[in-house]
Amino acid sequence: RGHGTYVEEEKLIASVAGVVERVNKLVCVKALKTRYNGEVGDIVVGRITEVQQKRWKVETNARLDSVLLLSSVNLPGGELRRRSAEDELAMRDYLQEGDLISAEVQSIFSDGAVSLHTRSLKYGKLGQGVLVQVSPSLVKRQKTHFHDLPCGASVILGNNGFIWIYPTPEQKEEEAGGFTTNLEPVPLSDREVISRLRNCIVALVTQKLMLFDTSILYCYEASLPHQIKDILNPEVMEEIVLETRQRLLNLEG
Amino acid sequence: MASVVLSNAEKLYIVHGVQEDLRVDGRGCEDYRCAEVETDIVSNTSGSARVKLGHTDILVGVKAEMGTPKLEKPDEGYLEFSVDCSANAAPEFEGRGGEELGAEIANTLYRVFSSESSVDLKSLCINPRDHCWVLYVDVLLLECGGNVFDPVSIAVKAALFNTRIPKVRVLEDEEGSKEIELSDDPYDCIRLNVDNVPCIVTLSKIGSRHVVDATLQEEACSLASLLISVTSKGDLTSMKKLGKGSLDPESIFEMMETGKRVGKSLHIALQKTLDEEESLGASRQKVGFLG
Repeated sequence: RGHGTYVEEEKLIASVAGVVERVNKLVCVKALKTRYNGEVGDIVVGRITEVQQKRWKVETNARLDSVLLLSSVNLPGGELRRRSAEDELAMRDYLQEGDLISAEVQSIFSDGAVSLHTRSLKYGKLGQGVLVQVSPSLVKRQKTHFHDLPCGASVILGNNGFIWIYPTPEQKEEEAGGFTTNLEPVPLSDREVISRLRNCIVALVTQKLMLFDTSILYCYEASLPHQIKDILNPEVMEEIVLETRQRLLNLEG
Repeated sequence: MASVVLSNAEKLYIVHGVQEDLRVDGRGCEDYRCAEVETDIVSNTSGSARVKLGHTDILVGVKAEMGTPKLEKPDEGYLEFSVDCSANAAPEFEGRGGEELGAEIANTLYRVFSSESSVDLKSLCINPRDHCWVLYVDVLLLECGGNVFDPVSIAVKAALFNTRIPKVRVLEDEEGSKEIELSDDPYDCIRLNVDNVPCIVTLSKIGSRHVVDATLQEEACSLASLLISVTSKGDLTSMKKLGKGSLDPESIFEMMETGKRVGKSLHIALQKTLDEEESLGASRQKVGFLG
């Protein structure tokens, strides 16, 4: 017995419709349509809503806006020093309202608000790509949430339900640390892959399938015979997701 | 209009995509999203229709009531439009926030239907100067997912197609006073001819090209859009420019041509769906809102 369950006549019944999570003898039911509940170590994709004195407010589909402290970001050039008043003034040059970032949850405040950090080269401001917003309970918890899919695009599966699809960068820029955004036009072939992935993810979400790299990949392959814009047709969507489900079942069993 | 905030890189991605005729969801610049149209879902109206275009959801109800004709047009009936943006559609529509957009949509509908040939208003007349049918068209915006005007006009056309106005007879008394008699049969009614009812096509200018049926994200990238109403024959009945940006006269011509083309195919598809629905008759399973 845990969250989302209750006991009636010696039977454990779920009080919300959703996914079952079992830890030894603790049975919890996570509702399908909820706000994001932060946990330390989660990867999230968020949008900056406000620039405040020493921190940024980030919208992550949670009950409260998440917080990104100035001391939790890497300075340009990778220096390690105390943040001064000039850094505060230069905050807006780095992250403005509307920008997307990928970050990790550092800690949780007592009221439930999440504190983020981008203290690693793989996090930071996100460049060109497509954002898909889904329910947080549909993103499977895995070892890594940064996937480079073999079809030619990369995807970040944020635990808060924000999925970011972007073209795979050719070379890894070590010094930039996520500061400079690549503003060159993305080639058409990459665009097609990204649009197809976006439609596949939307199809999986409408049919309430868990999102992880294998399911997205199978769905992508199942959708190849159809045109990209047809994937969103209800009939085609059902067909593709059914095939994906079959392949996933074959994989398990 | 409801809006989303986008980062500059995302906007750039969308603009470049439109240049290459591949939008974020894989559509071309002239493709509409998957649309669902259903008529006759509200039982206490003379006609109703619901249109779902992507995330945009519109419900239209038409009520036919008796009224006096307008002074300048004594032998015609008329249409009255009222638009309500429900607070469910977007957070900024809470309270009185949706009134501005509602008034804009209503005024646009008046302009679109101002042409003489759109709806045969003479058929709505019962007694010249005394009685006529007034069609009250109520539009309800249930969800706003970008591109509000197009599904509104589609829903209005579908609802007018579905409208059934009871037949009345005028009897002359000996003293000369007129009495109006409603026919007893509930299925004895007149239908409106909606062949010339125009549909609105909104073309949003993104970069140097224009797109049809913009999503919320695409609307955030476009500075100006052109709204034209096209009949099924390809005639324009009205044109309106929205947005803060400016439009080049040449691009206006291009957009008009695209709008006419898209409008014609939209009419054909809509008429096909309405006829299919009609042919199913009373045995049709109504999905409505709980399906």
